[in-house]
Amino acid sequence: MITAQDLHVRFGDVHAVRGVSFAVAPGETYGLVGESGSGKSTVLRALSGLNPDWTGEVVIDGVAMEPRRGRDFFRRVQMVFQDPYGSLHPRQTVDRILSEPLLVHGIGDAETRIARALAEVALPSAVRFRYPHQLSGGQRQRVAIARALMSEPSILLLDEPTSALDVSVQAEVLNLLADLRAARSLTCILVSHNLAVVAHLCGRLAVMQGGQIVEELTAETLREGRAEHPHTQELVELSRDM
Amino acid sequence: MNARQPLAEIRDLNVFFPSATGFTHAVRGVSMTVGREKFGIVGESGSGKSVTGRALMRLLPRSARVTADALRFDGTDVLAASEGIMRDLRGKRIGLILQDPKYSLNPVMRAGDQIAEAWRAHRRAGWKEAREAAASLLEQVRIRDPGRVARAYPHELSGGMGQRVMIAMMLAPDPDLLIADEPTSALDASVQAEILRLIEELVSARGMGLMLISHDLPLVSRFCDRVAVMYAGRVMETLAAKDLAHATHPYTRGLLDCLPRLDAPRLRLPVLARDPAWVA
Repeated sequence: MITAQDLHVRFGDVHAVRGVSFAVAPGETYGLVGESGSGKSTVLRALSGLNPDWTGEVVIDGVAMEPRRGRDFFRRVQMVFQDPYGSLHPRQTVDRILSEPLLVHGIGDAETRIARALAEVALPSAVRFRYPHQLSGGQRQRVAIARALMSEPSILLLDEPTSALDVSVQAEVLNLLADLRAARSLTCILVSHNLAVVAHLCGRLAVMQGGQIVEELTAETLREGRAEHPHTQELVELSRDM
Repeated sequence: MNARQPLAEIRDLNVFFPSATGFTHAVRGVSMTVGREKFGIVGESGSGKSVTGRALMRLLPRSARVTADALRFDGTDVLAASEGIMRDLRGKRIGLILQDPKYSLNPVMRAGDQIAEAWRAHRRAGWKEAREAAASLLEQVRIRDPGRVARAYPHELSGGMGQRVMIAMMLAPDPDLLIADEPTSALDASVQAEILRLIEELVSARGMGLMLISHDLPLVSRFCDRVAVMYAGRVMETLAAKDLAHATHPYTRGLLDCLPRLDAPRLRLPVLARDPAWVA
């Protein structure tokens, strides 16, 4: 479904992503783990079309990607960001926020689609005419997820979707993502610094350091403590220690 | 001072903030005592943990209404003390480390000068002496190249380095109590562990008290002696950190259960059921 081959991203003199390759099968959830500056989010931004400045080969759903993407791409590939406060328009109601993808992609029947989307992410219908600042952090992230689902994408890119949330709310959002993934057979890439979160949601994951993938392994291998690369072992130890 | 006398004594603390519909009751009857120990306050956002720490330093906005049976730091009544006495307390006796060094350091002042300024603020001494003290403090927070870091501006430092500078600054006046409010939430896991170990060592070596405020229950229990768990402005329970695995309060249990774990995979995470009786 998603293949990256020898992906490089440079910001001026900084070589942020250095030859990353991986493949994600349809319906799979693939994890990218690493510390800040490891290049994990940069990989996601290159895949999503937010950063057109990359070299290498990216194939999504059998189509080789150009740096700039068409409208149809953005209908099929959606992204959820870390900070729901920063990614929702502060002066738009939830209703307006959720109708935007429908307008952009010329999808009709807004009324029922918005009501259904709110129900799907378990938000009360009263939320529809509120502004983001009137919602809690968990509710805001649910709105961001609902917005990503409005255009009925087949691929969801998740950039630290629960890092800004309390642990109890994190549990709710992780459960929600697991449900939606099953109900809509979504292919997902989850970027996180939290090894336990990635292992919870992903079957396979890649550990990044210094712009490169240092190890690719299954969540099972990781749990059994059979990670081979010293950086992975270090992350596992920290995760166990805390 | 008496070694057995607690550094901070909080009894039945209530804090109200004005809101559109009257007053928001942010802290509801909180009591705790902190000695020369490592004391953790854990809670989710909005639980009142930070407000409790701020109230002890009287750093809440003027509009906040604060009442307490006792709010004392080392015998000083924080509610009744004059602003002059509070100025002597803040920094000199109680240090405060905040979450993100990017926002709490002065962006247009070199790191070394900021530490020197903090050192001078509570002493009669010249800049030259203060700069020397700053260099020694940077060494104490284990910065390998103190000269370079002292000359650097905050934006030239990494998050972990910035937090070390912040700690050096807070240690400069040699306080008795260090309040660390989410000191590592903005940092990577490996840096987080380093910074907490550093705080732990410095606090133990100097015989200070530590009040570690965080949302991360496992992390706090790892570094503290005692932990108070707060929810909706109240202390749900206070327990020895080593007993955390046997916590009895359903809220504490819920907080621990809803974490995804590496060693115990689960299909669904248990969701915290909030019992209205906890805040009744």
